[in-house]
Amino acid sequence: MANMQTQSKNIYESTVKHGEKLLDVQGLKMYFPVTAGTFIQKKVADVRAVDDLQFQVTKGETLGLVGESGCGKSTTGRAVLQLYRPTAGSVNFGGTELTTLKAGELRRFRRRMQMIFQDPFSSLNPRMSVEQIVGEPLAIHGLYKGAERRERVQYILQAVGLNPAFARRYPHEFSGGQRQRIGIGRALAAEPEFLVCDEPVSALDVSIQAQVINLLEDLQEQFGLTYLFIAHDLAVVRHISDRVTVMYLGKMMELADSNELYQNPLHPYTKALLSAVPITDPELERSRERIILTGDVPSPLRPPPGCVFNTRCPIAVDECRERIPEWREVVPTHFVACHRV
Amino acid sequence: MAKLLEVKNLKTYFFTDEGVVRSVNGVTWDLDEGETLALVGESGCGKSVTAMSILRLIPNPPGRIVDGQIMFEGTDLLKVSDAEMRSIRGNRIAMVFQEPMTSLNPVLTIGQQIRETIQLHLGLDDEASTARAVELLELVGIPEAAGRVNDYPHQFSGGMRQRVMIAMALSCNPKLLIADEPTTALDVTIQAQVLEIMARLATEFGTAVLIITHNLGVVARYADRVNVMYAGEIVETGTAIDIFKRPRHPYTIGLMASVPRLDATEKVRLTTIEGQPPLLIREIPGCPFAPRCDWFVDKCSTDHPELEEKEPGHAARCWRNPLVDAKTRELASIGIAG
Ligand SMILES: Nc1ncnc2c1ncn2[C@@H]1O[C@H](COP(=O)(O)OP(=O)(O)OP(=O)(O)O)[C@@H](O)[C@H]1O
Ligand SMILES: Nc1ncnc2c1ncn2[C@@H]1O[C@H](COP(=O)(O)OP(=O)(O)OP(=O)(O)O)[C@@H](O)[C@H]1O
Ligand code: SF4
Ligand SMILES: [Mg+2]
Ligand SMILES: [Mg+2]
Repeated sequence: MANMQTQSKNIYESTVKHGEKLLDVQGLKMYFPVTAGTFIQKKVADVRAVDDLQFQVTKGETLGLVGESGCGKSTTGRAVLQLYRPTAGSVNFGGTELTTLKAGELRRFRRRMQMIFQDPFSSLNPRMSVEQIVGEPLAIHGLYKGAERRERVQYILQAVGLNPAFARRYPHEFSGGQRQRIGIGRALAAEPEFLVCDEPVSALDVSIQAQVINLLEDLQEQFGLTYLFIAHDLAVVRHISDRVTVMYLGKMMELADSNELYQNPLHPYTKALLSAVPITDPELERSRERIILTGDVPSPLRPPPGCVFNTRCPIAVDECRERIPEWREVVPTHFVACHRV
Repeated sequence: MAKLLEVKNLKTYFFTDEGVVRSVNGVTWDLDEGETLALVGESGCGKSVTAMSILRLIPNPPGRIVDGQIMFEGTDLLKVSDAEMRSIRGNRIAMVFQEPMTSLNPVLTIGQQIRETIQLHLGLDDEASTARAVELLELVGIPEAAGRVNDYPHQFSGGMRQRVMIAMALSCNPKLLIADEPTTALDVTIQAQVLEIMARLATEFGTAVLIITHNLGVVARYADRVNVMYAGEIVETGTAIDIFKRPRHPYTIGLMASVPRLDATEKVRLTTIEGQPPLLIREIPGCPFAPRCDWFVDKCSTDHPELEEKEPGHAARCWRNPLVDAKTRELASIGIAG
């Protein structure tokens, strides 16, 4: 009895050390039902937003997640944090299986995992002051009281590079980059150890983007944070990530160390994706060979049979249209799902 | 050789309740036939207002072109009648904007819309214009074009819609294409498709392109020349090589160093430009970049620098002459050079 109690108390505190496995995702699926019918809504199909993912994240590292619009990046982030309850699969966080946690337990557990959103405009409540926004997670989790809470908020504002004198101001009084700092401050207030950053710099100008990227890197070092970093800008993802995974139509295509993935991409989709991004060097860029994919991404309502990339793949063979490729470790720590690798 | 387009001392202001917004504050530049010029700079610096001024699409009120000339094929566009301007738009000067869904009419088929444009400007009959529409769709890589001319815009993906816009824009063989963030809403692989098509057609038809984009990679790949804008002014202009390899203005230098490179193998800390661009509502006596500038000297906050040629064809608007090779950048970052 006493033993059980300590155990249930402990899951809300971090015990994972730097360099140890923090997150283990296996067979993760997130399907959204599509319904039809006037009187009785019947399920007619599923949007397979996320289909059978597997990856691990080590404490203190940044795992980057790239892929084109609609491939399931945000859904992955949300399913990991249990903002969506997954259709199938396991999400193990520091030894605790999240998919079976009850709502109340999950609410307390959320202190350890937070999300930073893309849009610094719509994700902040316009009627709350900066102090209230950043202090809200502390109120929810009953952390710090009165003067101590105020102090904590001031400390956080300082940490994210905002002048604590602005604590009483409202979001509309800040620029895009500053609002993104407020969002980051809010996510950090309750001392989480894991952050899902969903396109945190996509809405910002390049010079402001660099400020926020540097800030995320500094905070990671300062607080030993672990990031799942979602973005469609491949250069930004390469810059910030230790390892990178590439998704296409709800599935993982490739996963490798950042440099390995960019210098030695194995999957034909990764190759095409990297070659489609122009390099900011006119001489180099104009002499580059490019792979221009034809066609569009198929609908996740009717993903093609076999490998989901086969309809656009320049090297597809019959097997690709018939059999789903296995997820294989081709070179140590370099994973690919492709028949032709 | 005469220039295709010459923008001279263009000033476009917005007269708002809060005051006068000097969105475009005296810009001068030109464009040769068949040339591709990129306009880059931070959000709100006046890129779209520049483009809209050339097309004379500035909403009035609150906006007004208060000064300058826009010489296109020898005529000042600011002097022609509204009717003349309408016939120049979409005919001699075509445009493609960021959001293709709002630029296409949702209740007309793709074919109807292309035909309408062609008939309006080229005076072809139904049959000939249908054939031309199919041809154009094929040209921009829409598969089974003959069948798909009868589709409605919502049946096309974002990338396909944008390719349709490009097909329509180029259907009348314009001399100038203005593309304002034409691929910003699209995915990288689709973006590459669309831009390749745009560049290929522009070369084939000898169309000059003014491309507005925040994507420096796109600029590096496609632009012959680049104008860097800051706070309603051009702060640097030169060839793509000039701008990327030997930037001469502190803002451009900061911009180049603040984007992570896709081909970087070592992880270096990004350089940032601290602070924000100024509000355009206030008259700025000195250099608008002064509060954020690493090369600042006292004069910068009182005297307004002119755009000055630093080497042939490469000009910058700066009192200083920041040395700009990698070495200096490195020294600057530890506070030595300047
Ligand atoms: N709540 C939902 N209900 C139904 N379908 C959804 C829902 N959320 C996402 N989807 C669908 O799941 C797929 C994956 O969406 P998701 O938002 O995860 O993509 P993404 O990779 O984050 O894209 P983007 O880069 O555009 O943000 C899409 O087809 C989307 O339409
Ligand atoms: N209708 C308007 N009324 C008042 N101000 C306006 C109006 N349209 C534009 N402006 C102002 O003019 C300035 C330049 O705007 P513009 O749209 O040209 O920016 P931009 O460089 O295209 O930026 P972005 O990269 O965000 O598209 C901005 O400060 C903007 O607020
Ligand atoms: S004029 Fe002065 S403030 Fe402006 S960019 Fe040059 S050095 Fe910087
Ligand atoms: Mg998303
Ligand atoms: Mg614009």
